[in-house]
Amino acid sequence: MKILVPIKRVIDANIRVRVKPDNSGVETANVKMAMNPFCEIAVEEALRIKEAGNAEEVIAVIVGDSQCQETLRTALAMGADRAVLVETDVAVQPLAIAKLLKAVVEKEGTELVLLGKQAIDYDNNQTGQMLAALLGWGQATFASEIDIKNGNIDVTREIDGGLETLSLKLPAIVTTDLRLNEPRYVKLPNIMKAKKKPLDVLPVDEFGIDVTPTQTILKVEEPPQRSAGIKVADVAELVDKLHNEAKVI
Amino acid sequence: MSILVIAEHDNNSVKPATLNTISAASQLGGEVIVLVAGFNCSDAASAAAAIAGVSKVLQVDDALYEHVLAEELTPLVVANAEGMTHILAPSSTFGKNIIPRVAALLDVGAISDVAKIELADTFVRPIYAGNAMATVQSSDKVKVMTIRSTAFDSAASEGGSADVESAATAAGTGLSSFLKQELTKSERPELTSAGIIISGGRGFGSEENFGLLDEVADKLGAAIGASRAAVDAGYAPNDYQVGQTGKIVAPELYIAVGISGAIQHLAGMKDSKVIVAINKDEEAPIYEVSDYGLVADLFQVLPELSAALDNLS
Ligand SMILES: Cc1cc2nc3c(=O)[nH]c(=O)nc-3n(C[C@H](O)[C@H](O)[C@H](O)COP(=O)(O)OP(=O)(O)OC[C@H]3O[C@@H](n4cnc5c(N)ncnc54)[C@H](O)[C@@H]3O)c2cc1C
Ligand SMILES: Nc1ncnc2c1ncn2[C@@H]1O[C@H](COP(=O)(O)O)[C@@H](O)[C@H]1O
Repeated sequence: MKILVPIKRVIDANIRVRVKPDNSGVETANVKMAMNPFCEIAVEEALRIKEAGNAEEVIAVIVGDSQCQETLRTALAMGADRAVLVETDVAVQPLAIAKLLKAVVEKEGTELVLLGKQAIDYDNNQTGQMLAALLGWGQATFASEIDIKNGNIDVTREIDGGLETLSLKLPAIVTTDLRLNEPRYVKLPNIMKAKKKPLDVLPVDEFGIDVTPTQTILKVEEPPQRSAGIKVADVAELVDKLHNEAKVI
Repeated sequence: MSILVIAEHDNNSVKPATLNTISAASQLGGEVIVLVAGFNCSDAASAAAAIAGVSKVLQVDDALYEHVLAEELTPLVVANAEGMTHILAPSSTFGKNIIPRVAALLDVGAISDVAKIELADTFVRPIYAGNAMATVQSSDKVKVMTIRSTAFDSAASEGGSADVESAATAAGTGLSSFLKQELTKSERPELTSAGIIISGGRGFGSEENFGLLDEVADKLGAAIGASRAAVDAGYAPNDYQVGQTGKIVAPELYIAVGISGAIQHLAGMKDSKVIVAINKDEEAPIYEVSDYGLVADLFQVLPELSAALDNLS
Protein backbone atom coordinates (compact mmCIF):
# COMPACT_ATOMS: atom_id res chain seq x y z
CA MET A 1 0.00 0.00 0.00
CA LYS A 2 1.11 3.54 -0.76
CA ILE A 3 0.19 6.34 1.63
CA LEU A 4 -0.19 9.92 0.43
CA VAL A 5 0.31 12.71 2.95
CA PRO A 6 -0.84 16.16 1.78
CA ILE A 7 0.91 18.92 3.70
CA LYS A 8 0.52 22.63 4.14
CA ARG A 9 3.21 25.20 4.79
CA VAL A 10 2.00 27.76 7.31
CA ILE A 11 3.27 30.48 9.61
CA ASP A 12 4.95 28.77 12.58
CA ALA A 13 2.46 28.11 15.41
CA ASN A 14 4.64 30.04 17.87
CA ILE A 15 4.55 33.29 15.91
CA ARG A 16 2.09 35.97 16.89
CA VAL A 17 0.35 36.78 13.63
CA ARG A 18 -0.18 40.45 12.74
CA VAL A 19 -2.73 41.99 10.44
CA LYS A 20 -1.27 44.21 7.71
CA PRO A 21 -2.03 47.91 8.15
CA ASP A 22 -3.83 48.03 4.78
CA ASN A 23 -6.15 45.18 5.89
CA SER A 24 -5.29 43.07 2.85
CA GLY A 25 -4.12 40.07 4.85
CA VAL A 26 -1.65 39.11 7.54
CA GLU A 27 2.06 39.91 7.59
CA THR A 28 3.99 37.05 5.96
CA ALA A 29 7.20 38.79 4.90
CA ASN A 30 10.20 37.56 6.92
CA VAL A 31 7.96 35.45 9.13
CA LYS A 32 9.07 31.98 10.17
CA MET A 33 7.23 29.27 8.24
CA ALA A 34 6.79 25.63 9.21
CA MET A 35 4.91 22.47 8.40
CA ASN A 36 1.33 22.71 9.69
CA PRO A 37 1.44 20.82 13.05
CA PHE A 38 -1.44 18.51 12.12
CA CYS A 39 0.41 17.57 8.92
CA GLU A 40 3.50 16.65 10.95
CA ILE A 41 1.26 14.28 12.89
CA ALA A 42 -0.01 12.85 9.58
CA VAL A 43 3.54 12.28 8.29
CA GLU A 44 4.50 10.63 11.58
CA GLU A 45 1.50 8.30 11.46
CA ALA A 46 2.20 7.33 7.85
CA LEU A 47 5.79 6.47 8.82
CA ARG A 48 4.61 4.37 11.75
CA ILE A 49 2.19 2.47 9.49
CA LYS A 50 5.05 1.81 7.08
CA GLU A 51 7.42 0.80 9.87
CA ALA A 52 4.81 -1.65 11.15
CA GLY A 53 4.87 -3.32 7.72
CA ASN A 54 1.47 -2.11 6.59
CA ALA A 55 2.64 0.18 3.79
CA GLU A 56 5.50 0.23 1.28
CA GLU A 57 5.78 3.87 0.44
CA VAL A 58 5.00 7.26 1.96
CA ILE A 59 4.60 10.16 -0.49
CA ALA A 60 4.32 13.77 0.70
CA VAL A 61 2.55 16.32 -1.49
CA ILE A 62 1.99 20.07 -1.36
CA VAL A 63 -0.04 22.32 -3.60
CA GLY A 64 1.85 25.59 -3.34
CA ASP A 65 4.70 27.82 -4.47
CA SER A 66 8.32 26.81 -4.95
CA GLN A 67 9.24 27.69 -1.34
CA CYS A 68 7.13 24.74 -0.27
CA GLN A 69 9.99 22.51 -1.44
CA GLU A 70 11.65 23.31 1.87
CA THR A 71 8.65 21.93 3.77
CA LEU A 72 8.61 18.83 1.57
CA ARG A 73 12.30 18.31 2.40
CA THR A 74 11.31 18.32 6.08
CA ALA A 75 8.81 15.54 5.38
CA LEU A 76 11.53 13.63 3.52
CA ALA A 77 13.90 14.15 6.44
CA MET A 78 11.28 12.74 8.79
CA GLY A 79 11.28 9.63 6.61
CA ALA A 80 8.89 10.06 3.68
CA ASP A 81 10.17 8.27 0.57
CA ARG A 82 9.21 10.76 -2.12
CA ALA A 83 7.68 14.17 -2.51
CA VAL A 84 5.53 15.92 -5.07
CA LEU A 85 5.05 19.66 -5.43
CA VAL A 86 2.06 20.77 -7.45
CA GLU A 87 3.44 24.19 -8.15
CA THR A 88 1.28 27.28 -8.29
CA ASP A 89 1.54 30.86 -7.11
CA VAL A 90 -2.22 31.15 -6.66
CA ALA A 91 -3.51 30.77 -3.09
CA VAL A 92 -5.57 27.72 -3.99
CA GLN A 93 -8.71 27.10 -1.91
CA PRO A 94 -9.67 23.74 -0.36
CA LEU A 95 -12.03 22.47 -3.07
CA ALA A 96 -9.46 23.07 -5.82
CA ILE A 97 -6.73 21.59 -3.60
CA ALA A 98 -8.91 18.52 -3.12
CA LYS A 99 -9.40 18.24 -6.90
CA LEU A 100 -5.64 18.41 -7.47
CA LEU A 101 -5.02 15.89 -4.69
CA LYS A 102 -7.58 13.55 -6.25
CA ALA A 103 -5.58 13.65 -9.47
CA VAL A 104 -2.39 12.82 -7.54
CA VAL A 105 -4.12 9.95 -5.70
CA GLU A 106 -5.31 8.49 -8.99
CA LYS A 107 -1.91 8.88 -10.65
CA GLU A 108 -0.07 7.31 -7.72
CA GLY A 109 -2.64 4.66 -6.91
CA THR A 110 -2.58 5.39 -3.18
CA GLU A 111 -4.98 3.54 -0.93
CA LEU A 112 -4.74 5.71 2.15
CA VAL A 113 -4.51 9.48 2.41
CA LEU A 114 -3.58 10.99 5.76
CA LEU A 115 -4.21 14.72 6.13
CA GLY A 116 -4.18 17.16 9.02
CA LYS A 117 -7.61 17.93 10.41
CA GLN A 118 -6.99 21.62 9.95
CA ALA A 119 -4.39 24.02 8.66
CA ILE A 120 -3.69 26.58 11.37
CA ASP A 121 -3.57 29.51 8.95
CA TYR A 122 -7.13 29.65 7.65
CA ASP A 123 -8.48 27.14 10.17
CA ASN A 124 -10.64 25.67 7.40
CA ASN A 125 -10.85 22.03 8.42
CA GLN A 126 -12.19 21.09 4.97
CA THR A 127 -9.68 19.54 2.59
CA GLY A 128 -9.78 15.91 3.80
CA GLN A 129 -13.56 15.74 3.83
CA MET A 130 -13.68 17.27 0.33
CA LEU A 131 -11.12 14.84 -1.04
CA ALA A 132 -13.11 11.93 0.42
CA ALA A 133 -16.25 13.21 -1.29
CA LEU A 134 -14.54 13.64 -4.66
CA LEU A 135 -13.00 10.17 -4.53
CA GLY A 136 -16.17 8.59 -3.14
CA TRP A 137 -14.16 7.14 -0.25
CA GLY A 138 -14.96 6.78 3.41
CA GLN A 139 -13.59 9.40 5.81
CA ALA A 140 -12.53 9.38 9.44
CA THR A 141 -11.83 12.89 10.64
CA PHE A 142 -10.10 13.98 13.89
CA ALA A 143 -8.32 10.65 14.42
CA SER A 144 -6.66 9.86 17.75
CA GLU A 145 -5.97 6.17 17.05
CA ILE A 146 -5.57 4.13 13.87
CA ASP A 147 -5.58 0.36 13.47
CA ILE A 148 -5.12 -1.24 10.03
CA LYS A 149 -6.23 -4.84 9.51
CA ASN A 150 -7.37 -6.97 6.58
CA GLY A 151 -8.32 -4.27 4.14
CA ASN A 152 -10.07 -2.21 6.81
CA ILE A 153 -8.96 0.68 8.91
CA ASP A 154 -10.43 1.23 12.36
CA VAL A 155 -10.18 4.81 13.53
CA THR A 156 -10.96 6.34 16.90
CA ARG A 157 -12.14 9.91 16.46
CA GLU A 158 -12.21 12.84 18.88
CA ILE A 159 -15.78 14.12 18.87
CA ASP A 160 -17.51 16.77 20.98
CA GLY A 161 -18.93 14.26 23.45
CA GLY A 162 -15.87 12.02 23.79
CA LEU A 163 -14.54 9.34 21.45
CA GLU A 164 -16.04 7.35 18.60
CA THR A 165 -14.62 4.40 16.68
CA LEU A 166 -15.44 3.78 13.02
CA SER A 167 -14.35 1.07 10.65
CA LEU A 168 -13.68 2.11 7.06
CA LYS A 169 -13.05 0.02 3.99
CA LEU A 170 -9.80 0.87 2.25
CA PRO A 171 -9.14 3.01 0.29
CA ALA A 172 -9.97 5.75 2.77
CA ILE A 173 -9.23 9.24 4.04
CA VAL A 174 -8.12 9.95 7.62
CA THR A 175 -7.51 13.37 9.16
CA THR A 176 -5.35 13.67 12.24
CA ASP A 177 -6.04 15.17 15.65
CA LEU A 178 -3.47 16.21 18.25
CA ARG A 179 -3.46 13.03 20.31
CA LEU A 180 -2.73 10.63 17.44
CA ASN A 181 1.02 10.64 18.04
CA GLU A 182 4.00 12.79 18.87
CA PRO A 183 6.01 13.54 15.72
CA ARG A 184 9.68 12.53 15.77
CA TYR A 185 12.50 15.04 15.75
CA VAL A 186 14.42 15.24 12.52
CA LYS A 187 18.01 14.11 12.93
CA LEU A 188 20.81 15.92 11.13
CA PRO A 189 22.01 12.94 8.99
CA ASN A 190 18.43 12.52 7.81
CA ILE A 191 18.35 16.12 6.62
CA MET A 192 21.40 15.34 4.49
CA LYS A 193 19.79 12.14 3.17
CA ALA A 194 16.56 13.98 2.38
CA LYS A 195 18.39 16.17 -0.10
CA LYS A 196 18.91 13.13 -2.31
CA LYS A 197 15.36 11.82 -2.17
CA PRO A 198 13.14 12.39 -5.24
CA LEU A 199 11.04 15.56 -5.28
CA ASP A 200 8.94 15.99 -8.42
CA VAL A 201 7.69 19.43 -9.36
CA LEU A 202 4.53 19.41 -11.46
CA PRO A 203 3.20 22.72 -12.78
CA VAL A 204 -0.46 23.14 -11.85
CA ASP A 205 -1.39 23.81 -15.51
CA GLU A 206 -0.63 20.19 -16.38
CA PHE A 207 -3.65 19.11 -14.34
CA GLY A 208 -6.28 20.94 -16.39
CA ILE A 209 -8.14 21.82 -13.20
CA ASP A 210 -9.63 25.27 -12.64
CA VAL A 211 -8.01 26.63 -9.48
CA THR A 212 -9.58 30.10 -9.56
CA PRO A 213 -10.75 30.95 -6.05
CA THR A 214 -14.53 31.23 -5.58
CA GLN A 215 -14.11 33.09 -2.31
CA THR A 216 -12.62 36.56 -2.22
CA ILE A 217 -11.17 37.95 0.97
CA LEU A 218 -12.48 41.53 0.99
CA LYS A 219 -10.55 42.53 4.09
CA VAL A 220 -8.71 41.19 7.10
CA GLU A 221 -9.02 43.03 10.40
CA GLU A 222 -7.77 42.84 13.95
CA PRO A 223 -10.28 41.16 16.24
CA PRO A 224 -11.73 43.30 19.03
CA GLN A 225 -9.05 43.54 21.72
CA ARG A 226 -9.72 42.83 25.37
CA SER A 227 -7.97 45.05 27.79
CA ALA A 228 -6.34 43.59 30.86
CA GLY A 229 -8.40 44.10 34.00
CA ILE A 230 -7.25 44.25 37.60
CA LYS A 231 -5.39 41.97 39.96
CA VAL A 232 -7.20 41.03 43.14
CA ALA A 233 -5.40 40.39 46.41
CA ASP A 234 -7.10 37.25 47.57
CA VAL A 235 -10.01 34.86 47.18
CA ALA A 236 -12.32 37.02 49.31
CA GLU A 237 -11.80 40.00 47.01
CA LEU A 238 -12.26 37.82 43.92
CA VAL A 239 -15.57 36.42 45.13
CA ASP A 240 -16.72 39.89 46.16
CA LYS A 241 -15.92 41.33 42.71
CA LEU A 242 -17.59 38.47 40.88
CA HIS A 243 -20.68 38.71 43.06
CA ASN A 244 -21.13 42.45 43.50
CA GLU A 245 -19.33 44.05 40.55
CA ALA A 246 -19.52 41.62 37.62
CA LYS A 247 -22.64 39.96 39.05
CA VAL A 248 -21.79 36.63 37.46
CA ILE A 249 -22.02 34.45 40.56
CA MET B 1 -33.84 32.55 -0.48
CA SER B 2 -34.10 29.06 1.00
CA ILE B 3 -31.79 28.00 3.75
CA LEU B 4 -31.28 24.39 4.74
CA VAL B 5 -30.08 23.85 8.30
CA ILE B 6 -28.70 20.41 9.11
CA ALA B 7 -29.85 19.79 12.67
CA GLU B 8 -27.48 18.30 15.21
CA HIS B 9 -29.62 16.28 17.60
CA ASP B 10 -29.69 13.11 19.69
CA ASN B 11 -33.00 11.84 18.23
CA ASN B 12 -34.90 13.12 21.26
CA SER B 13 -33.97 16.79 21.24
CA VAL B 14 -31.95 19.22 19.17
CA LYS B 15 -28.51 20.24 20.42
CA PRO B 16 -28.16 23.84 21.62
CA ALA B 17 -25.76 24.73 18.78
CA THR B 18 -28.56 24.00 16.31
CA LEU B 19 -30.52 26.88 17.85
CA ASN B 20 -27.64 29.29 17.20
CA THR B 21 -27.38 28.01 13.63
CA ILE B 22 -31.09 28.59 13.08
CA SER B 23 -30.75 32.14 14.34
CA ALA B 24 -27.89 32.71 11.87
CA ALA B 25 -30.13 31.25 9.14
CA SER B 26 -32.92 33.66 10.11
CA GLN B 27 -30.52 36.60 9.73
CA LEU B 28 -30.02 35.64 6.09
CA GLY B 29 -33.73 36.24 5.52
CA GLY B 30 -35.85 33.68 3.69
CA GLU B 31 -37.30 30.26 4.35
CA VAL B 32 -35.50 28.25 7.02
CA ILE B 33 -35.84 24.52 6.41
CA VAL B 34 -34.42 22.14 9.00
CA LEU B 35 -33.29 18.64 8.09
CA VAL B 36 -33.58 16.14 10.94
CA ALA B 37 -31.96 12.88 9.90
CA GLY B 38 -31.75 10.15 12.49
CA PHE B 39 -33.26 6.95 13.84
CA ASN B 40 -36.39 7.13 15.96
CA CYS B 41 -36.02 10.88 15.72
CA SER B 42 -39.67 12.03 15.76
CA ASP B 43 -39.18 13.82 19.05
CA ALA B 44 -36.19 15.73 17.68
CA ALA B 45 -38.21 16.61 14.56
CA SER B 46 -41.10 17.91 16.69
CA ALA B 47 -38.65 19.91 18.79
CA ALA B 48 -37.18 21.41 15.61
CA ALA B 49 -40.66 22.31 14.34
CA ALA B 50 -41.31 24.28 17.54
CA ILE B 51 -38.23 26.49 17.16
CA ALA B 52 -39.00 30.11 16.35
CA GLY B 53 -38.21 31.05 12.76
CA VAL B 54 -38.36 27.55 11.28
CA SER B 55 -40.57 27.31 8.16
CA LYS B 56 -40.44 23.58 7.60
CA VAL B 57 -38.85 20.44 9.00
CA LEU B 58 -37.72 17.62 6.73
CA GLN B 59 -37.46 14.38 8.65
CA VAL B 60 -35.87 11.13 7.65
CA ASP B 61 -36.00 8.25 10.06
CA ASP B 62 -33.81 5.32 9.16
CA ALA B 63 -31.28 3.06 10.89
CA LEU B 64 -28.84 4.28 8.21
CA TYR B 65 -28.65 7.63 10.02
CA GLU B 66 -28.38 6.33 13.57
CA HIS B 67 -24.71 7.26 13.84
CA VAL B 68 -24.73 10.24 11.45
CA LEU B 69 -21.91 8.79 9.36
CA ALA B 70 -20.63 11.40 6.90
CA GLU B 71 -20.74 8.97 3.97
CA GLU B 72 -24.48 8.35 4.50
CA LEU B 73 -25.63 11.75 5.70
CA THR B 74 -24.01 13.84 2.96
CA PRO B 75 -25.81 12.28 -0.04
CA LEU B 76 -29.02 12.74 1.92
CA VAL B 77 -28.29 16.44 2.38
CA VAL B 78 -27.53 16.74 -1.34
CA ALA B 79 -30.82 14.99 -2.18
CA ASN B 80 -32.60 17.71 -0.21
CA ALA B 81 -30.48 20.61 -1.45
CA GLU B 82 -32.42 21.37 -4.62
CA GLY B 83 -33.36 25.05 -4.74
CA MET B 84 -31.40 25.92 -1.58
CA THR B 85 -29.31 29.08 -1.58
CA HIS B 86 -27.53 28.25 1.71
CA ILE B 87 -26.75 25.10 3.65
CA LEU B 88 -25.76 25.54 7.29
CA ALA B 89 -24.66 23.36 10.18
CA PRO B 90 -23.15 24.16 13.57
CA SER B 91 -19.38 24.45 13.72
CA SER B 92 -19.14 21.41 15.99
CA THR B 93 -17.32 18.15 15.26
CA PHE B 94 -20.64 17.07 13.70
CA GLY B 95 -20.87 20.04 11.33
CA LYS B 96 -17.15 20.13 10.53
CA ASN B 97 -17.28 16.48 9.52
CA ILE B 98 -20.29 16.87 7.23
CA ILE B 99 -20.26 20.34 5.66
CA PRO B 100 -17.08 20.19 3.53
CA ARG B 101 -18.17 16.82 2.14
CA VAL B 102 -21.56 18.28 1.22
CA ALA B 103 -19.86 21.26 -0.42
CA ALA B 104 -17.57 19.07 -2.52
CA LEU B 105 -20.49 16.89 -3.63
CA LEU B 106 -22.18 20.11 -4.82
CA ASP B 107 -18.92 21.31 -6.41
CA VAL B 108 -18.78 24.48 -4.31
CA GLY B 109 -16.46 25.83 -1.63
CA ALA B 110 -17.26 25.72 2.08
CA ILE B 111 -17.03 28.57 4.56
CA SER B 112 -15.97 27.48 8.03
CA ASP B 113 -16.88 29.01 11.35
CA VAL B 114 -18.94 31.98 10.21
CA ALA B 115 -19.07 34.51 13.04
CA LYS B 116 -21.03 37.27 11.33
CA ILE B 117 -23.33 37.57 8.35
CA GLU B 118 -22.77 40.79 6.41
CA LEU B 119 -24.80 39.98 3.30
CA ALA B 120 -26.25 36.84 1.74
CA ASP B 121 -22.86 36.22 0.10
CA THR B 122 -20.48 37.97 2.53
CA PHE B 123 -19.41 36.58 5.87
CA VAL B 124 -16.89 37.30 8.60
CA ARG B 125 -14.85 34.43 10.00
CA PRO B 126 -11.85 34.12 12.29
CA ILE B 127 -8.55 32.98 10.80
CA TYR B 128 -5.13 32.34 12.41
CA ALA B 129 -6.63 31.20 15.72
CA GLY B 130 -8.81 34.28 15.88
CA ASN B 131 -5.85 36.65 15.59
CA ALA B 132 -7.54 38.09 12.51
CA MET B 133 -11.08 38.34 11.21
CA ALA B 134 -11.55 37.86 7.47
CA THR B 135 -14.49 39.22 5.50
CA VAL B 136 -15.12 36.70 2.76
CA GLN B 137 -17.35 37.00 -0.29
CA SER B 138 -18.42 33.81 -2.03
CA SER B 139 -19.41 33.57 -5.69
CA ASP B 140 -20.55 29.96 -5.35
CA LYS B 141 -24.13 29.17 -6.36
CA VAL B 142 -24.86 27.65 -2.95
CA LYS B 143 -23.22 28.92 0.20
CA VAL B 144 -22.30 25.93 2.35
CA MET B 145 -21.06 26.85 5.79
CA THR B 146 -20.59 26.08 9.46
CA ILE B 147 -21.76 28.55 12.07
CA ARG B 148 -19.78 29.54 15.14
CA SER B 149 -22.44 29.15 17.82
CA THR B 150 -20.90 31.58 20.31
CA ALA B 151 -21.30 34.40 17.77
CA PHE B 152 -25.07 34.09 17.37
CA ASP B 153 -27.88 34.18 19.94
CA SER B 154 -29.92 31.03 20.18
CA ALA B 155 -33.30 30.94 18.48
CA ALA B 156 -36.18 30.47 20.92
CA SER B 157 -36.94 26.77 21.29
CA GLU B 158 -40.67 27.56 21.53
CA GLY B 159 -43.02 29.64 19.43
CA GLY B 160 -42.67 28.01 16.03
CA SER B 161 -45.24 25.71 14.47
CA ALA B 162 -43.63 24.36 11.32
CA ASP B 163 -44.90 21.31 9.46
CA VAL B 164 -42.85 18.15 9.56
CA GLU B 165 -42.53 16.48 6.16
CA SER B 166 -40.62 13.46 4.95
CA ALA B 167 -37.30 14.28 3.38
CA ALA B 168 -36.08 12.95 0.06
CA THR B 169 -33.99 9.82 0.64
CA ALA B 170 -30.64 8.65 -0.66
CA ALA B 171 -29.16 5.19 -1.16
CA GLY B 172 -26.75 3.84 1.45
CA THR B 173 -23.03 3.68 0.59
CA GLY B 174 -21.70 1.18 3.13
CA LEU B 175 -18.29 2.90 3.03
CA SER B 176 -17.96 3.08 6.79
CA SER B 177 -19.47 1.48 9.82
CA PHE B 178 -19.86 2.49 13.42
CA LEU B 179 -18.07 0.36 16.02
CA LYS B 180 -18.43 2.17 19.34
CA GLN B 181 -18.67 5.41 21.23
CA GLU B 182 -17.22 6.29 24.59
CA LEU B 183 -18.94 9.44 25.69
CA THR B 184 -17.70 11.38 28.69
CA LYS B 185 -20.37 11.07 31.35
CA SER B 186 -21.06 14.16 33.34
CA GLU B 187 -23.88 15.65 35.35
CA ARG B 188 -22.48 19.07 34.63
CA PRO B 189 -23.67 21.45 31.92
CA GLU B 190 -22.35 20.99 28.39
CA LEU B 191 -19.17 22.96 27.80
CA THR B 192 -20.35 24.89 24.73
CA SER B 193 -23.62 26.04 26.30
CA ALA B 194 -22.59 26.47 29.96
CA GLY B 195 -23.03 29.84 31.65
CA ILE B 196 -19.93 29.32 33.78
CA ILE B 197 -16.81 27.35 32.88
CA ILE B 198 -13.83 26.59 35.08
CA SER B 199 -10.85 25.22 33.18
CA GLY B 200 -7.63 23.65 34.34
CA GLY B 201 -4.20 23.47 32.76
CA ARG B 202 -0.82 21.85 33.14
CA GLY B 203 -0.47 23.64 36.47
CA PHE B 204 -2.48 20.87 38.14
CA GLY B 205 0.32 18.38 37.69
CA SER B 206 -1.79 15.22 37.79
CA GLU B 207 -5.17 13.77 36.98
CA GLU B 208 -5.87 13.40 40.67
CA ASN B 209 -5.14 17.07 41.33
CA PHE B 210 -7.31 18.04 38.38
CA GLY B 211 -10.19 16.63 40.43
CA LEU B 212 -9.83 19.67 42.72
CA LEU B 213 -11.92 21.52 40.15
CA ASP B 214 -14.96 19.30 40.77
CA GLU B 215 -16.05 20.79 44.05
CA VAL B 216 -15.82 24.38 42.88
CA ALA B 217 -17.51 23.51 39.57
CA ASP B 218 -20.39 21.87 41.41
CA LYS B 219 -20.89 24.84 43.67
CA LEU B 220 -20.91 27.21 40.69
CA GLY B 221 -23.02 24.95 38.50
CA ALA B 222 -20.12 25.21 36.06
CA ALA B 223 -18.85 23.04 33.24
CA ILE B 224 -15.21 21.93 33.38
CA GLY B 225 -12.79 22.66 30.57
CA ALA B 226 -9.08 22.11 30.00
CA SER B 227 -6.09 23.32 28.06
CA ARG B 228 -4.49 21.11 25.46
CA ALA B 229 -1.58 20.45 27.78
CA ALA B 230 -3.94 19.12 30.46
CA VAL B 231 -5.65 16.85 27.94
CA ASP B 232 -2.38 15.63 26.41
CA ALA B 233 -1.10 14.79 29.88
CA GLY B 234 -4.24 12.75 30.56
CA TYR B 235 -5.63 14.98 33.34
CA ALA B 236 -8.88 15.48 31.40
CA PRO B 237 -10.69 13.80 28.48
CA ASN B 238 -10.25 15.17 24.94
CA ASP B 239 -13.70 16.69 24.77
CA TYR B 240 -12.76 19.12 27.57
CA GLN B 241 -10.22 20.91 25.37
CA VAL B 242 -10.94 24.58 24.82
CA GLY B 243 -9.11 26.40 22.04
CA GLN B 244 -8.30 26.90 18.39
CA THR B 245 -8.47 23.20 17.71
CA GLY B 246 -10.83 22.24 20.52
CA LYS B 247 -14.08 23.85 21.59
CA ILE B 248 -14.97 27.51 21.21
CA VAL B 249 -16.78 28.82 24.27
CA ALA B 250 -18.12 32.19 25.39
CA PRO B 251 -19.75 31.81 28.81
CA GLU B 252 -20.74 34.60 31.18
CA LEU B 253 -17.81 33.62 33.37
CA TYR B 254 -14.64 31.73 32.42
CA ILE B 255 -12.17 30.84 35.16
CA ALA B 256 -8.74 29.70 33.94
CA VAL B 257 -6.75 27.89 36.60
CA GLY B 258 -3.10 26.95 36.06
CA ILE B 259 -3.35 27.89 32.36
CA SER B 260 -0.66 30.10 30.83
CA GLY B 261 -2.81 31.60 28.09
CA ALA B 262 -1.22 30.45 24.82
CA ILE B 263 -2.73 31.98 21.65
CA GLN B 264 -4.31 28.64 20.82
CA HIS B 265 -6.09 28.52 24.16
CA LEU B 266 -7.19 32.17 24.03
CA ALA B 267 -8.70 31.48 20.60
CA GLY B 268 -11.29 29.31 22.29
CA MET B 269 -12.33 31.52 25.21
CA LYS B 270 -11.44 35.15 24.71
CA ASP B 271 -15.02 36.08 23.82
CA SER B 272 -16.20 35.06 27.29
CA LYS B 273 -17.98 37.89 29.10
CA VAL B 274 -15.93 37.87 32.28
CA ILE B 275 -12.56 36.14 32.49
CA VAL B 276 -10.78 35.21 35.71
CA ALA B 277 -7.20 33.93 35.78
CA ILE B 278 -5.61 32.09 38.67
CA ASN B 279 -1.93 31.50 38.08
CA LYS B 280 1.17 31.62 40.22
CA ASP B 281 3.16 33.41 37.53
CA GLU B 282 2.22 37.06 37.43
CA GLU B 283 3.72 37.37 33.94
CA ALA B 284 1.43 34.70 32.45
CA PRO B 285 -0.15 35.95 29.19
CA ILE B 286 -3.59 34.87 30.40
CA TYR B 287 -3.64 38.06 32.52
CA GLU B 288 -3.64 40.14 29.32
CA VAL B 289 -7.20 39.06 28.62
CA SER B 290 -8.54 38.57 32.14
CA ASP B 291 -10.86 40.95 33.98
CA TYR B 292 -9.79 39.66 37.38
CA GLY B 293 -6.43 38.09 38.03
CA LEU B 294 -5.34 36.33 41.19
CA VAL B 295 -1.64 35.59 41.41
CA ALA B 296 -1.48 32.62 43.74
CA ASP B 297 -0.97 28.90 44.06
CA LEU B 298 -4.00 27.04 42.79
CA PHE B 299 -3.64 24.36 45.48
CA GLN B 300 -4.27 27.03 48.08
CA VAL B 301 -6.85 29.01 46.11
CA LEU B 302 -9.26 26.23 45.13
CA PRO B 303 -10.12 25.05 48.67
CA GLU B 304 -10.47 28.67 49.78
CA LEU B 305 -12.70 29.43 46.82
CA SER B 306 -14.86 26.44 47.59
CA ALA B 307 -15.29 27.61 51.18
CA ALA B 308 -15.99 31.20 50.11
CA LEU B 309 -18.73 30.02 47.77
CA ASP B 310 -20.44 28.29 50.72
CA ASN B 311 -20.54 31.58 52.57
CA LEU B 312 -22.01 33.31 49.53
CA SER B 313 -25.14 31.19 49.32
C1 LIG C 1 -1.53 23.11 16.36
C2 LIG C 1 -1.73 23.44 17.80
C3 LIG C 1 -3.02 23.46 18.28
C4 LIG C 1 -3.25 23.76 19.62
N1 LIG C 1 -4.54 23.79 20.07
C5 LIG C 1 -4.77 24.10 21.36
C6 LIG C 1 -6.11 24.19 21.88
O1 LIG C 1 -7.10 24.00 21.16
N2 LIG C 1 -6.27 24.50 23.19
C7 LIG C 1 -5.22 24.73 24.04
O2 LIG C 1 -5.43 24.98 25.23
N3 LIG C 1 -3.96 24.65 23.57
C8 LIG C 1 -3.71 24.33 22.27
N4 LIG C 1 -2.42 24.24 21.84
C9 LIG C 1 -1.31 24.25 22.85
C10 LIG C 1 -0.90 25.62 23.33
O3 LIG C 1 0.05 26.16 22.43
C11 LIG C 1 -0.27 25.52 24.74
O4 LIG C 1 0.82 24.62 24.69
C12 LIG C 1 -1.24 25.04 25.81
O5 LIG C 1 -2.42 25.80 25.76
C13 LIG C 1 -0.58 25.18 27.17
O6 LIG C 1 -1.42 24.65 28.17
P1 LIG C 1 -1.28 25.16 29.69
O7 LIG C 1 -1.54 26.61 29.74
O8 LIG C 1 -2.15 24.26 30.51
O9 LIG C 1 0.22 24.78 30.03
P2 LIG C 1 1.46 25.72 30.31
O10 LIG C 1 1.69 26.66 29.20
O11 LIG C 1 2.56 24.80 30.71
O12 LIG C 1 1.02 26.59 31.55
C14 LIG C 1 0.81 26.09 32.84
C15 LIG C 1 0.56 27.29 33.74
O13 LIG C 1 0.26 26.83 35.04
C16 LIG C 1 0.85 27.72 35.98
N5 LIG C 1 1.02 26.99 37.23
C17 LIG C 1 1.84 25.94 37.47
N6 LIG C 1 1.68 25.51 38.73
C18 LIG C 1 0.75 26.31 39.31
C19 LIG C 1 0.19 26.38 40.62
N7 LIG C 1 0.51 25.51 41.56
N8 LIG C 1 -0.73 27.34 40.85
C20 LIG C 1 -1.09 28.23 39.89
N9 LIG C 1 -0.57 28.21 38.66
C21 LIG C 1 0.33 27.26 38.36
C22 LIG C 1 2.15 28.15 35.34
O14 LIG C 1 2.56 29.40 35.86
C23 LIG C 1 1.77 28.23 33.86
O15 LIG C 1 1.35 29.53 33.49
C24 LIG C 1 -2.17 24.00 20.49
C25 LIG C 1 -0.86 24.00 19.99
C26 LIG C 1 -0.65 23.73 18.65
C27 LIG C 1 0.76 23.75 18.12
N1 LIG D 1 -2.01 23.46 -0.23
C1 LIG D 1 -2.10 22.22 0.28
N2 LIG D 1 -1.35 21.22 -0.24
C2 LIG D 1 -1.44 19.97 0.25
N3 LIG D 1 -2.25 19.64 1.28
C3 LIG D 1 -3.01 20.59 1.83
C4 LIG D 1 -2.99 21.93 1.37
N4 LIG D 1 -3.85 22.66 2.10
C5 LIG D 1 -4.38 21.81 2.99
N5 LIG D 1 -3.89 20.57 2.85
C6 LIG D 1 -4.19 19.37 3.67
O1 LIG D 1 -5.48 19.51 4.22
C7 LIG D 1 -5.42 19.58 5.64
C8 LIG D 1 -6.52 20.47 6.16
O2 LIG D 1 -6.37 21.78 5.69
P1 LIG D 1 -7.56 22.84 5.69
O3 LIG D 1 -8.75 22.18 5.09
O4 LIG D 1 -7.03 23.99 4.87
O5 LIG D 1 -7.77 23.23 7.12
C9 LIG D 1 -4.01 20.04 5.94
O6 LIG D 1 -3.61 19.66 7.24
C10 LIG D 1 -3.24 19.28 4.85
O7 LIG D 1 -3.09 17.92 5.21
